[in-house]
Amino acid sequence: MALDQIVDGLSEVSCDVLVIGGGTAGPMAALKAKLKNPKANVVLLEKANVKRSGAISMGMDGLNNAVIPGYATPEQYTKEITIANDGIVDQKAVYKYAQNCYKIVEELDSFGIRFLKNENGDYAVKKVHHIGSYVLPMPNGETVKKALYRQLRRARILISNRYMATRLLKSSDGRIAGAISVNTRTAEILVIRAKAVILCMGAAGRLGLPTSGYMFGTYENAANSGDGYAMAYHAGAALANLECYQINPLIKDYNGPACAYVAGPFGAFTANNEGSRFIECDYWSGQMMLEFYNELLSGKGPVFLQLKHLHPNTIEEIETTLHKVERPTRGLFQQGRGVDYRKESIEMHISEIGFCSGHSASGVFVDDNARTTVSGLYAAGDMASVPHNYMLGAFTNGAVAGIDAMEFADSHDFAEFDAADVAMERDRVLAPTKREDGIPPNQVEYKTRRLVNDYLQPPKVTRKYELGMRRLAEAREDMQERMIARNAHELLRALEVQSIMDCADMAAHASLYREESRWGLYHWRTDFPEKDNENWFCHTLLSKQNGKMTSEKRAVEPYVVPIADDEKDLYDKQRIRATA
Amino acid sequence: MPLASYQTSVPVVVDDAKCIADKGCTVCVDVCPLDVLRISDMTNKAYMAYDECWYCMPCEADCPTGAVTVNIPYLLR
Repeated sequence: MALDQIVDGLSEVSCDVLVIGGGTAGPMAALKAKLKNPKANVVLLEKANVKRSGAISMGMDGLNNAVIPGYATPEQYTKEITIANDGIVDQKAVYKYAQNCYKIVEELDSFGIRFLKNENGDYAVKKVHHIGSYVLPMPNGETVKKALYRQLRRARILISNRYMATRLLKSSDGRIAGAISVNTRTAEILVIRAKAVILCMGAAGRLGLPTSGYMFGTYENAANSGDGYAMAYHAGAALANLECYQINPLIKDYNGPACAYVAGPFGAFTANNEGSRFIECDYWSGQMMLEFYNELLSGKGPVFLQLKHLHPNTIEEIETTLHKVERPTRGLFQQGRGVDYRKESIEMHISEIGFCSGHSASGVFVDDNARTTVSGLYAAGDMASVPHNYMLGAFTNGAVAGIDAMEFADSHDFAEFDAADVAMERDRVLAPTKREDGIPPNQVEYKTRRLVNDYLQPPKVTRKYELGMRRLAEAREDMQERMIARNAHELLRALEVQSIMDCADMAAHASLYREESRWGLYHWRTDFPEKDNENWFCHTLLSKQNGKMTSEKRAVEPYVVPIADDEKDLYDKQRIRATA
Repeated sequence: MPLASYQTSVPVVVDDAKCIADKGCTVCVDVCPLDVLRISDMTNKAYMAYDECWYCMPCEADCPTGAVTVNIPYLLR
């Protein structure tokens, strides 16, 4: 039978620990859960194919936040991330990551992933952050997914590819009971009962519309449509600091990193149209992005990544990395435009908005054991709230989640869910396939994301947000009443639009709640232009309460690593000042 | 409202002479993160069925015969 033809079907399986998302955090979570209890069943569910899914589909050029003994300490790293996030950090989880990540580096090394070493055999750590050194290049970074996949096969993890999870199941007393998913090529429903569930579903990267107008030309892997955020929300879990958007400096139009983390340590820098530096540090922070944005609009834009001043051998080394790993089509793109890094600087622009704790601080709220606010539900990687955690954070916190979730599964029986919840979800999922006529998912998606750009992109203006929310509500009505899917593939897209719409609503709601400006460009509110520590030195938690989107404040946990008063604003001093 | 189809020049191109999908190969279809490749009923060769490409490269990198080429989508070229 032809792929994509809709098949009527519903089946049910059960497992001890269900991991949803097979990108970076997910495989590590599944592996650690299985190693914790080899007799238990661990299922790894993936919307695409674990072999090539997620942000590291084509590998990664290096670790951006490795705390390597001799180069940095967990205390130093925790301090840097706290300052980079304007102080709004529960340090316990960051500190735990910083303590554990070196063990994970060694483990990845044992999987066959190599890290750059100097002539003495020590890790060759580079400095990109404002204060400390944490960047460690990976010479064979294109092999990461293959190395992970080998480990999954060896541990006999049960992998289910091409199933998109749509909603979580809970018992009447609020404990996690499993998840509902749909086959992306047949539309058959699969219910998975589980004692514990770990969400590793990546960023909400298809929220804003890229300026090229190509819907899938996003910074994040375009498969990362924010499904995890939407699922956590509908399950009643709290989401933290969603107003702290992700906005990144990228190669204009290509919309991938240029990448200053690779080229910066060799001497490349971000320059304006006069060829001058204007920011102190290329590390991606909201404060840096604000200076980037200001420069673009100042008349001194465009902004460039400049490496033409470097030695030809150095440029060649940078070029090899950029054109081989992470986004290898960068080479093809530059070739098409006739850009030679030896002669010309790389034109940069700022990305569309998204949610991603990999680079900012928004995500499903988790504690230092990767536990969400729902019993038995965990989250890790780009969608969980541990800030600036990048790939190594996804691995490290995925490991934490896997171990803790298996302990939870070992001490709990299956929770019972209501069969009516499954029936209701099945109806919701399949609704677009039951219509004879209507609006196709690509049009609903384009409109939703265009509205996100028009109304939600910073600077955030209250009046614009109010209008944007009205327009989004109209688009939502179309989505719920009129969207049509004529085959299983269109249904996949139709379900993704629903995640995107939920994320857009959450972004708007969270942004209006925090009545101050913080995190540079990420949450710049023109009606409240100042940082207001007296009233807003706190997290914001968004959740669904009695069916309604609600935001509340949550105090920042007492620091583990104290920050001196004269260190607190180090990241606010990003602009290079004229010297006399 | 009736639907119309919309023309688009797709970024992923398959060389039919090299493609061995007719021998049962489905590697490119399997690995695509966006699930946009299919095997044609008419030619039994792989092709891009949906223009929803992240120009990420697994299809090209993993193809055993070098039949797949990823181009930059026209809108951002």
